[in-house]
Amino acid sequence: MSDHEYTPSSKFGKWFNDRLPLLSLVNHLTDYPTPKNLNYWWTFGGILTFCLITQIVTGLVLAMHYIAHVDHAFSSVEHIMRDVNYGWLLRYVHANGASMFFLAVYIHIFRALFYGSYKAPREIIWIIGIIIYLLMMAAAFMGYVLPWGQMSFWGATVITNLFSAIPLVGESITTWLWGGYSVDNPTLTRFFTLHYLLPFLILGLVVLHIWALHVPGNNNPVGIDIKKPSKDTVPFHPYIVIKDAFALLMFLILFAMFVFYSPNVLGHADNYIEANPLVTPAHIVPEWYLLPFYAILRSVPDKLMGVIAMLSAILILAALPWLDTSKIRSAVFRPLYKQFYWILVADVLILGYVGAMPAEGLYLLIARIGTIYYFAHFLIILPVLGLKEKTLPLPLSITEPVLGGSPNLAAARDKVEKIS
Amino acid sequence: MRNIIKFLIILFLVLNSKSFAAENTAKFLDTDWTFKGLFGKFDRASLQRGYQVYTEVCASCHSMKYLSYRNLSEKGGPEFSEAEAKAIAASFEVTDGPDNTGEMFTRPAKLSDKFVMPYANDEEAKSANGGAYPPDMSVLVKARKGGADYVYSLLLGYEDPPSGIKLDDGVYYNKYMYGNKIKMPNPLSDDLVEYSDGTKATQEQMAKDVVNFLMWSAEPHLETRHKTGFRVISYLIILTVLVYFSMKKIWSRVESKV
Repeated sequence: MSDHEYTPSSKFGKWFNDRLPLLSLVNHLTDYPTPKNLNYWWTFGGILTFCLITQIVTGLVLAMHYIAHVDHAFSSVEHIMRDVNYGWLLRYVHANGASMFFLAVYIHIFRALFYGSYKAPREIIWIIGIIIYLLMMAAAFMGYVLPWGQMSFWGATVITNLFSAIPLVGESITTWLWGGYSVDNPTLTRFFTLHYLLPFLILGLVVLHIWALHVPGNNNPVGIDIKKPSKDTVPFHPYIVIKDAFALLMFLILFAMFVFYSPNVLGHADNYIEANPLVTPAHIVPEWYLLPFYAILRSVPDKLMGVIAMLSAILILAALPWLDTSKIRSAVFRPLYKQFYWILVADVLILGYVGAMPAEGLYLLIARIGTIYYFAHFLIILPVLGLKEKTLPLPLSITEPVLGGSPNLAAARDKVEKIS
Repeated sequence: MRNIIKFLIILFLVLNSKSFAAENTAKFLDTDWTFKGLFGKFDRASLQRGYQVYTEVCASCHSMKYLSYRNLSEKGGPEFSEAEAKAIAASFEVTDGPDNTGEMFTRPAKLSDKFVMPYANDEEAKSANGGAYPPDMSVLVKARKGGADYVYSLLLGYEDPPSGIKLDDGVYYNKYMYGNKIKMPNPLSDDLVEYSDGTKATQEQMAKDVVNFLMWSAEPHLETRHKTGFRVISYLIILTVLVYFSMKKIWSRVESKV
């Protein structure tokens, strides 16, 4: 992993390090050569690590007071909100923390899409990232069930019912998931168990994600390979540490605004009504971060095909390194891709919006067009674009301007200056 | 970096705007809530009056099962004195037991008791109210879209149905209710309660007081939250500025900009 051999200066340090190279690891992490032109979109990796740890720590304390039982779940949450010291703070941080986590992960993913961070040699980092994202969605969904409000119960019913679309064994699988014939106490207890387990799996995958990142090193806004260490890089500490800290603090201000001044705005009011299997809410809506996929699910008339479409919408991302045929990583040098990238961003936002609306009339039509475009982007536009697109000349390094006599020289130089 | 700050601010505003879903209901009535805003606090006198409205009007049908009598004297709430809260509690009878002969008995409520429920169970509540279950009021304000504004508007939103709408027996027309049909008759009328502090008990005044009280019951730590929030955010802003200058200093060693 390390680019140079490290020997601890003290005798004990050397003795210890020969047996367990922990000091070498610390040295690697502090010295880790990082491209110096990383912009603020690159700070979200650190922010996400912070989010994960926050969720785990607040979650641990909440779990000490929460009771996973249909008769007590709702009232134990109220107990946390009223009687546990700073329980309201823990719960609001945890609940809004989930939203902040997804906000950061979406920025992180779309940053990777813009700068082509998924391309060789970073495919494994990308795929681990997609698995983390999937586990995050599972953890968030199960966490939303735990307060046992109306949306918890009915959201769980809708989502678990999706498995019944599987031919032949669907019904049996659903019954098995529920631990009964409907969402009930066994469902709640197993969701609680899994909700407790998944973050630790995510944590393990995050370690792999970072490990895999440290092999080729960071991509950068110019998207070219750089020598490391070189004058194009800075050591991770203190340069990137302080920059990440600054970005994290700004993110925390946003986070705190939600926690302290509008803690319930991202949730659904119905979840403050205790779950009642006999009363169905007027609209069953998932949390905002799942809405684009919910829109895709509902845009397909057939239930099984809808479920397949929804899952494919996520899994297709794992194939992205091979669907994108362009050798150029950064969208900065891909004028056409850049436009399609922003159309995709708009498409996902629109899907998210119609996901919150009833699936009828114009909304349904928009959802269908949005879904078709989403898949077309990955399956048609990206493969073709990579072969057809005329890209701008790449600079030789992130510090040197473009050499040679290309007519696009000035434009490219201007771009490089803007992004660095 | 400016882009990112702009981005985060816009995001906060967009996510905070509640215009996500259009409903078929009228725009809510506005009133000057003291608990809104950066330093929002409850109006103590209004909370005490609100408790009076709750206990004299609402409590005959609506439970408030997550509140205890001790909450009434806690900081950030109506802040009755402990003696007053004890007296309030003692005016209710609760069933306790079993005693050492195995019998259940009734006794006056203590501060540690939960608010007494108007009905023994949901079924009794429903049958006494024409099949409609009067929802528990502990977190009612948070359980309705529109929150305090919605509940306030609903309390003042009773009117005669427009021509063409036929209502069954025991169903009333309310222009703010979802679907406009509500099984609760108009609960408030002028001078329904007599305020001990001399405030005139108009319908608007009672609605405002009781919604204040309901907001507190749903968010008993709201004042602490606002106070802590202001401190936390001030601290974060100062730290962010300090870290920003440290970052500038550190990065001045390399020619790259941050």
